[in-house]
Formats: sequence, structure tokens, C-alpha cells
Amino acid sequence: MSKYTMHVLVCGGTGCISSRSKEIVENLNLHIKEVGMEDSVQILTTGCFGFCEKGPIVKILPDNTFYVQVKPEDVEEIVKEHIVKGRKVERLLYVNPTTSDSVSDSKHMEFYKKQMRVALRNCGFIDPENIEEYIARDGYGALGKVLSMTQQEVIDEMKKSGLRGRGGGGFPTGLKWEFAYKNKSDQKYVVCNADEGDPGAFMDRSILEGDPHSIVEAMAICGYAIGANRGLVYIRAEYPLAVKRLETAILAAREYGLLGHDILGTGFDFDIEIKFGAGAFVCGEETALIHSMEGMRGEPTTKPPFPAESGYWGKPTNVNNVETFANVPVVFLKGADWFSKIGTEKSKGTKVFALAGKINNVGLIEVPMGITLREVIYDIGGGIKDGKKFKAVQTGGPSGGCLTEKDLDTPIDFDNLIAKGSMMGSGGMIVMDETDCMPAVAKFYLEFTEEESCGKCTPCRVGTKRLLEILEKIIAGNGTMEDLETLKELSQVIKDTALCGLGQTAPNPILSTLEAFEDEYIAHVRDHKCPAGKCTALLQYNITDKCIGCTACARICPVNAISGSPKQQHTIDQTKCIKCGACMTKCRFGAIVRE
Amino acid sequence: MTKIMSLDQLKTLRDNVKNKVDLRVKGENVENMVVVRVAMATCGIASGAREVMNYLAELIRDEDIENVVITQSGCMGYCYAEPTIEVTLPGKEPVVYGNVDKAKAKEILEKHILGGEMADGIIPAIHKSLDE
Repeated sequence: MSKYTMHVLVCGGTGCISSRSKEIVENLNLHIKEVGMEDSVQILTTGCFGFCEKGPIVKILPDNTFYVQVKPEDVEEIVKEHIVKGRKVERLLYVNPTTSDSVSDSKHMEFYKKQMRVALRNCGFIDPENIEEYIARDGYGALGKVLSMTQQEVIDEMKKSGLRGRGGGGFPTGLKWEFAYKNKSDQKYVVCNADEGDPGAFMDRSILEGDPHSIVEAMAICGYAIGANRGLVYIRAEYPLAVKRLETAILAAREYGLLGHDILGTGFDFDIEIKFGAGAFVCGEETALIHSMEGMRGEPTTKPPFPAESGYWGKPTNVNNVETFANVPVVFLKGADWFSKIGTEKSKGTKVFALAGKINNVGLIEVPMGITLREVIYDIGGGIKDGKKFKAVQTGGPSGGCLTEKDLDTPIDFDNLIAKGSMMGSGGMIVMDETDCMPAVAKFYLEFTEEESCGKCTPCRVGTKRLLEILEKIIAGNGTMEDLETLKELSQVIKDTALCGLGQTAPNPILSTLEAFEDEYIAHVRDHKCPAGKCTALLQYNITDKCIGCTACARICPVNAISGSPKQQHTIDQTKCIKCGACMTKCRFGAIVRE
Repeated sequence: MTKIMSLDQLKTLRDNVKNKVDLRVKGENVENMVVVRVAMATCGIASGAREVMNYLAELIRDEDIENVVITQSGCMGYCYAEPTIEVTLPGKEPVVYGNVDKAKAKEILEKHILGGEMADGIIPAIHKSLDE
């Protein structure tokens, strides 16, 4: 029996660390010592709990109490009241916004009720820097099991589980392993793609920060299955904490003999090294990723040959994404049958999503495939911020598309999202409300892809640039109806001719917003209006006859665009106006309108 | 750390370290657990609460009792009857025992926790914690 009778878990994900969770841990250590309980209370830094909106999170067990938005200054009270006296600190509990009741354990929060944690099973539960905590959770047990199976049996089990690539493509993982297995070679490689690049996506980072050993174990399993003894993790240097925890995990695994020569006495050798990426979006594409690891330019090449045939240094290479790997040990521990019972017919298991945008509960969630968008946005996400109206949700990042009100009841899986004109992508989910302008959203993503295009093929290099220019023209109010046609046509050409996934999917945000919100584009072009009131070029501030000539607006205007004599109605010189809205805020008579 | 050389060694290590996370696994499911709270204020410790708690923990480990979690609280206010422990069966009101020594602890475990019948030595509850 462990000597500790109480565990205090503090979220040590990047988000919570930015909100001073390290200081919380320091204060906990200090105050626990002060009351002389350091021998019975264990303080642990864990990975992400997912409820980032309410971070930093402090969880106390066995009382199963979940404190939210904890500040380092609150620690003393937690220690003196809860830990010493056993009384919960009411003011730090989560308050259910609909019922105004405080909820002390996470199981009864709407945010967690519909979640199912498979890939995130250990995030927010174990200390990611302690290999024994991972082993206590049956860690490396899957590897042990696999090493007593034949390679073909491992691959068959993988195929049976129905696991599909979580990085975006959704390719069946077992099949991918089989290709790499069947290609004979003296040297093969396993690569973990941790080049998470979608704006707003942070699921891979959270897994690496919260449960790095699951990736180490899964890569070793994959290595055994395909016959590789070397693994490489390609990770962005801009994820320092994930890198550090992964390095710690690899070192510990070596020390325990779970990486290296003759693993578990079976004669199987496997080791992992880390390769750093500079953060180019295109390097998430597997061929570009491999070239980048070889020290070449991060540019994609045509497939075939697929990496399974000729990858890293021309050798058979299997590339899987972080979240895919995180599922692998579970498939072997609980069995392919267990795994394939979760989800829909063609999409098995769960998916991690990063919920962001105009939603109440921003955070990292994991749900079974087949859940509807409505459940994700309203039940788990807690609905739209400030009581505004839902407009659309962007899934799949810059490669995906927008889904609207009518798609809310569609079960989420790989194929349904594609049928609706979007895609699963890596799992970013950005929620937009009525004040978001759709052409501007499309422009945001095009700015990203245009910037990130590697420039190797013309459709992507020039095409995204032209698309962006047309969008800018529309947003500035200078678009024509022909421009809308050109947008569609050019988008189609780029989709058909670009070399890699980046270019082939770059027009998706335009196509899907054009499809669902064509009226909004037309309003910009024909009526020179932005219905959402976002595009400044299409706005006009005017002074009505309510004006009493107090001159307050003229004095506040930073560009002196407002003129008029005192006690007379003022006017705005539209050629000078920069649409900052300062006059409207200043006017006490409601005389200034925005149109 | 010596290297783990076989699956059996891995399993042995797992069994040895399992208790590191046991409290958390049980805590996640605390509403289905029997919670034993030992009052561990200065007076309790001075009267032997720590020995009682360790003894209970040993009993539970040795007999592989899965549905019990032992934790501690501060002073429950029954200083005349230390050591005191509070036993809460799932869905039931907490019951507090006073003057608990090792023999009493064993009796409570066998009769109350495992058998569901109350043992002698109950103190009428005068307190209520906020979480009930």
C-alpha cells in the first residue's frame, strides 16, 4: 500500500502552465509541508484534463473533487480547509451554468458526461514523467502481449480493430502496417508524425505532454509488426514541453529495458530518436515530413511510391499520427473486438477534438465516433458564447469546410463529414456565431495555406495566391459576380491538379462557405454590405438628425473626419473615415449609426 | 533500476506499483466505494490514529479488498474518543466510531465494511461535512 492517503493532481498542460499552474504546485508543496502532511499527501503534475476553459484545474482524490480556475493564492485555503479539515472549498467548484448548482466531481459535469477517453486515458490521471505510473496503468503490457504474437497476427488484430488514421486522412492503420510489413528490406522505419499544424488544434501536443509513454509503446508495437528496429518522432520545436516529456519518456523506457536491445528477453530490438521540425504546415504531409527528416527541403513528392515502399532514406517506412499511436496499446490490451464496438460502421473508436471559437467550454474532448455535432457543441461545449446564435462550425482546419445548422444532427465520422463537404482532419473544431463573416473566415484560412504552400507545384503556389486576392477584393467591396464564378472554377482546378494534400484541400474553406453562405458572398459583391458587420471596408458610419452638435465625436475622431459647427448636426467625411467606431462609442445621444 | 527482462518481470513490477495509482482509480468511482476516513489531527495521531490507519490499509491489501478507500481528515471534533474513524458505505449515511484501536479496526472492517452490520462503539454524529 502506498503511504499516501490523498492525491492532489494539478494540470501541467501548456495552457494551465500559462495560467500559473507551476506556482500552484509550488504553493501546494509549501503549505502541505506547513501543516506537516507531506508524508500522506502526494502532489502530482499531470497532463491535460481537457477543460481548458476552466483551467488551471486541481483535482483531489479519493474525494474526487474538481477545482476549477484555481489561482496560486487559493492554495492555502484548499490545503487548510479541504486537505486538513475535509471541507470542500465551495467557491472553487465548477458551477453548472444552467442550474447554478456547484458540481464537485467531473463525472457529473455536462462537459465530461458524453466523453469517452481512450487516446486520452492517462491524460490528467498520471504523472507523465514517471514511467512507473504508466506501468501501473498496464503500460507496456500491450507490447509484452504483442511480442508473443506473430507479425501477421499483430497486423490482423490491427485490421480487425478498424482503427483509421487520426491525422486527417482516415486510412486504415492495419492496412498501412501490412504494406510496410510486406515490403522486404534490411532496414525499415517507424515514424510518428507529431507535426501538428492546423490552427487551433492541440490534441497531439496534449497526448505527448500527458501520456508520452503510450506513443513510445505504440511505436515499438508497430516496429515489431512491420519489422523495423528504428523509430523517429518528427515533432515541432515549438512544442518544448511535449519534447521534454517525450525525451524523459524515451530515456526512462531505455533504462527499464523497454527500448533498446532484446526487449523483454524476446530478441526484439527497437529504439526511438526525436527529429525536430521548424513548424512548416506542409511537413505534416508524410513525404514532405520524410524529406525534412533527411535534411532536405520540406517538400512533398508524388505518391506512389508510398513511404511503405520507399520512405526515409528510400527504405520502407510507416508513418502514423500521434493520436493514432495513442490508440494502439488499447487495441491490444482490450482487444480488437472491444475497440471495434465503439463508433460507427466504418469509423471505429473515439476521436479527440480541440473545441475552440465562440463556444462556452473551450477545451480538449474525446468522444465516440457517431456522436452528433449538436451533442458536441451544445452538451459538451455548453453552447454558443454570450447567448449568440450558432452559425457554422469549421472542422478539419484549413483543409476542411464549414458545417451549418442543418448538419448538426449528422453523426460525426470520417465518411459523413466528407459527404457534407468537410472532413475530420486532425480534429480542430472552430465554432462560429452570427457575428462571423464567412468570406472573411475563408480568407483567414487562405492566408494560412497561401503562406504555408511550399511552392513546389504551380496550382498551389499561384492558385492559392489568386484565390486569396479575389477574396480580398470581395471583402474590400470591389468584387464582381464573375469573381464568384472564378473562385469556384479556380478552386476546382487546384483541387484536381495540386501535388499534395495541402493544395488539394486548400480551396475547401472557400467551396464550403460558398455553398452554404452564397447569399453572404453576394451581399458583399452586389450590395456592398457585410451582413455580419465584420468587413470594415463595407461599413459606413453616419450621423443622424438625433445629433445635437455637442462636438464630442469630432473631438474623439483620430483622423479628424468629423466636422460641423457646435449645436449643428455633424457629418462624417467618408473618404477620411477609418471605421474605428470611436465616435459611435462616444456619442451619448445614439445619433451615430453603423450600416 | 535493473532492466525488465521478461513479460513476467513487467507484470511483477506492475503489481508492485499499482498502488501508486490505486487511490485515483478508486477515487474516480468513489460513490461506489466504502470510504474510511481516519481523523488525523494532532490529538488523533497522538492517540494512535496513524497506526490504526496503516493497520487498516495493510488488512485491506492483504485480503485484496477492492472496494474500500482509506483517506484522512483533520479533527472531527471527538477529541474525547480518539482515534476516531468515519465509515461511509455507498449511498449510506456516514457512521463514526470512537476509541478505535487495532482490534476495533479489525472488527469494524469485518462486521461493518464487509458485513454491512454496524459494530459497537458508534458515536452519535454531531457534525456534517459539506460534501454530503
